[in-house]
Amino acid sequence: MEAYIKGIGIISPQKTFDTKDFLSDVVEYDTNSLRCIEPSYRDYLNPTLARRMGRIIKMGIAASSVCFKDSGIAMPDAIMTGTALGCLEDTEKFLLAIIENDEQFLTPTSFVQSTHNTVSAQIALQLKCMNYNFTYVHKGFSFESSVLDGLMTIAEGNGKNILVGGHDEMTDKYYRVCDRVNYWKKETTPTMELIKSKTEGSIAGEGAAFFMLSADKSEKDYAKLRSIKFIYKPESQKEIETRLNEMLAEKGLKPADIDVVVYGNNGDTRYDGVYDQLRDSFFSNSTSAYFKHLCGEYQTSGSFAMWVAANILKTQSVPPSILIGDKKHSQIKNVLIYNGFMGTDHAAFLLSQC
Amino acid sequence: MGKKVYVTGLGIISAIGNNVAETLDSFNSIRSGIGKLEHIASRHQTEIPVAEVKASNEELTAMAGFPKEYKNTRTALLGIIAAKEAVKDAGITDIRELRTGIISATSVGGMGMTENLWMDYLNTEKSGDWLRYIESHECGDSTEAIADSIGVKDYLSTISTACSSSANSIMLGARMIKLGLIDRVIAGGTDSLSKFTINGFSTLMILDKENCKPFDAQRKGLNLGEGAGFIVLESEEAAKGKKIYCELSGYGNSNDAYHQTASSPDGAGAYLAMEKAFSVSGLKPSDISYINAHGTGTEINDLSEGTALDRMFEKKVPMISSTKAFTGHTLGACGGIEAVFSALAIKNNMVFPSLNHVHQMPELSFTPEKELRKDQKIDHVLSNSFGFGGNTSALIFSKKN
Repeated sequence: MEAYIKGIGIISPQKTFDTKDFLSDVVEYDTNSLRCIEPSYRDYLNPTLARRMGRIIKMGIAASSVCFKDSGIAMPDAIMTGTALGCLEDTEKFLLAIIENDEQFLTPTSFVQSTHNTVSAQIALQLKCMNYNFTYVHKGFSFESSVLDGLMTIAEGNGKNILVGGHDEMTDKYYRVCDRVNYWKKETTPTMELIKSKTEGSIAGEGAAFFMLSADKSEKDYAKLRSIKFIYKPESQKEIETRLNEMLAEKGLKPADIDVVVYGNNGDTRYDGVYDQLRDSFFSNSTSAYFKHLCGEYQTSGSFAMWVAANILKTQSVPPSILIGDKKHSQIKNVLIYNGFMGTDHAAFLLSQC
Repeated sequence: MGKKVYVTGLGIISAIGNNVAETLDSFNSIRSGIGKLEHIASRHQTEIPVAEVKASNEELTAMAGFPKEYKNTRTALLGIIAAKEAVKDAGITDIRELRTGIISATSVGGMGMTENLWMDYLNTEKSGDWLRYIESHECGDSTEAIADSIGVKDYLSTISTACSSSANSIMLGARMIKLGLIDRVIAGGTDSLSKFTINGFSTLMILDKENCKPFDAQRKGLNLGEGAGFIVLESEEAAKGKKIYCELSGYGNSNDAYHQTASSPDGAGAYLAMEKAFSVSGLKPSDISYINAHGTGTEINDLSEGTALDRMFEKKVPMISSTKAFTGHTLGACGGIEAVFSALAIKNNMVFPSLNHVHQMPELSFTPEKELRKDQKIDHVLSNSFGFGGNTSALIFSKKN
């Protein structure tokens, strides 16, 4: 089960909307809740339609539009997206209306848009795409499930060009709610200080990223996606290493064959140990990179990581802003992403040069 | 892809019973689960009928096999009860013996708790052990609670495509088995009633104030329900020597791409989903013995689905019923619940009745079965599930050769 990444569209707290640039001008934040740099939606949506749409729906439509353009594929054979929280803003809006008006005088718009599959459905509706359409909502496995489904669909011969994606939005209220269960740092943490912070909690993030997975190789491909594995509630470092060894062996690789590892370090001392141990021992020969200081922690951050990994392979470079330690490789053939959400849902992606 | 996928275990909880045996008893006694909302304090309690599971959260906690200190959402508890029954029914004693996954589905996850606690979450002056429910809001949390309760670790996922969610989780499970990614999967879905969905559907004006009347010319809308339904799917090798209910022979998903909430009048998406399911199974429409329709009782669904069925079956629609007048529309759980019904129809040679049908829809060629039918030869069952966002799914269950 393998596929080529033919195109990408991504909206994030970085200047990623222009697909040509790869972190040449990093935006540094001095806040614990990073929000996306949004484009003007006029180019992607009818303004009347856009006015009624929630923010994440607009981000999803715009990011997927860029992905279609970037890949040169106008009509995907299937659409699958991952989102842990769905359309949070609309969900909150309807919830608050129920509470404040004691279940009276409600209107359906925010309820309808709160449905978790609204983004994938709206993409299909805009394209008039009647093909397979799934939405995965499993916390830190949401985006990863969509990627696995994309690979499966290609392996089954049920499609050649598959749109997969991850999207989650943060709101002021949900940030405060998650703060009550200690998701976020108490002290303001500047972007480039996150990994050195040595305290509990992370910084919140959000984003919408779409990828065109293709069965056929072409000149414009970013990278080849070769494998994805899920590790649920790893009980020990040994279990993680065993699973990674199995994953690499399936592709005839050893840890030393991985040129760059992209880690999901989120600056939280409760969770970063897993990544640090992999870096110090299992992948001690690989160049190390991280990304959550640029996009924040969120359940579908694996989609930002896949954009990073694909661009590392395409540009054959690791931008200084994401590098941990020294660069150890000049030619980059294999990149592995190891990412987890809050210590529960871990996933590994293997990408190789085309 | 020639491999077969078998159904070896069933688990269910809904307004018509807390397990498979009670569910069959309700069908045999023609006992609908629709009634007054008891377990949610809502201003609509007396005015909007629902199909509620007849147990409090405390009672569900005990049924799920947990001490009363165990706290989880109603969505998770319903899921745990049904998934445990399915695993037991499949005779699985060591879940780690084979590569096992769980694929669940839900529409609102832990909303039933969030809607009561939201203002307290935002008030930092209030604190308590209820803060633990914050993390249970996410849809995937109920799946992890189910996985932990039965010991599944190899693969977990959760699907939310509104009312087709759990048909899609069954579809994904079958595909993973056929690709050899796992050996068996517990697939289905769970959803609890919430003020959020009751009010949401109420604003759309598609809730019947009386018991729903699927495929009746004078239908007025749906009744919301709650529950969970899981089936155990196993590869041919894993199922060898085991009790087998039926084969999951076909599946298909498509998108109507017509409107965010309404189905197209001609049911184009529904037609495509069924067409794909037939293609996967290698069967033709005339092979189908019984259709468990989506049949929500809304004006739009029943017309759209019925029109697609008339086209697919060239107006020779076999025995058909909607079980929504028994269980209500259980949203993210209905595909799982109706998969259990489909397997039971095959195993017990029975067809469940469509309640409250009086007036023939002039647009359609068929009339749903109004009586419970027994001693029927049921070889192949088609089960439809359609959801918001144009999501349309069809599953075909077949008697094992």
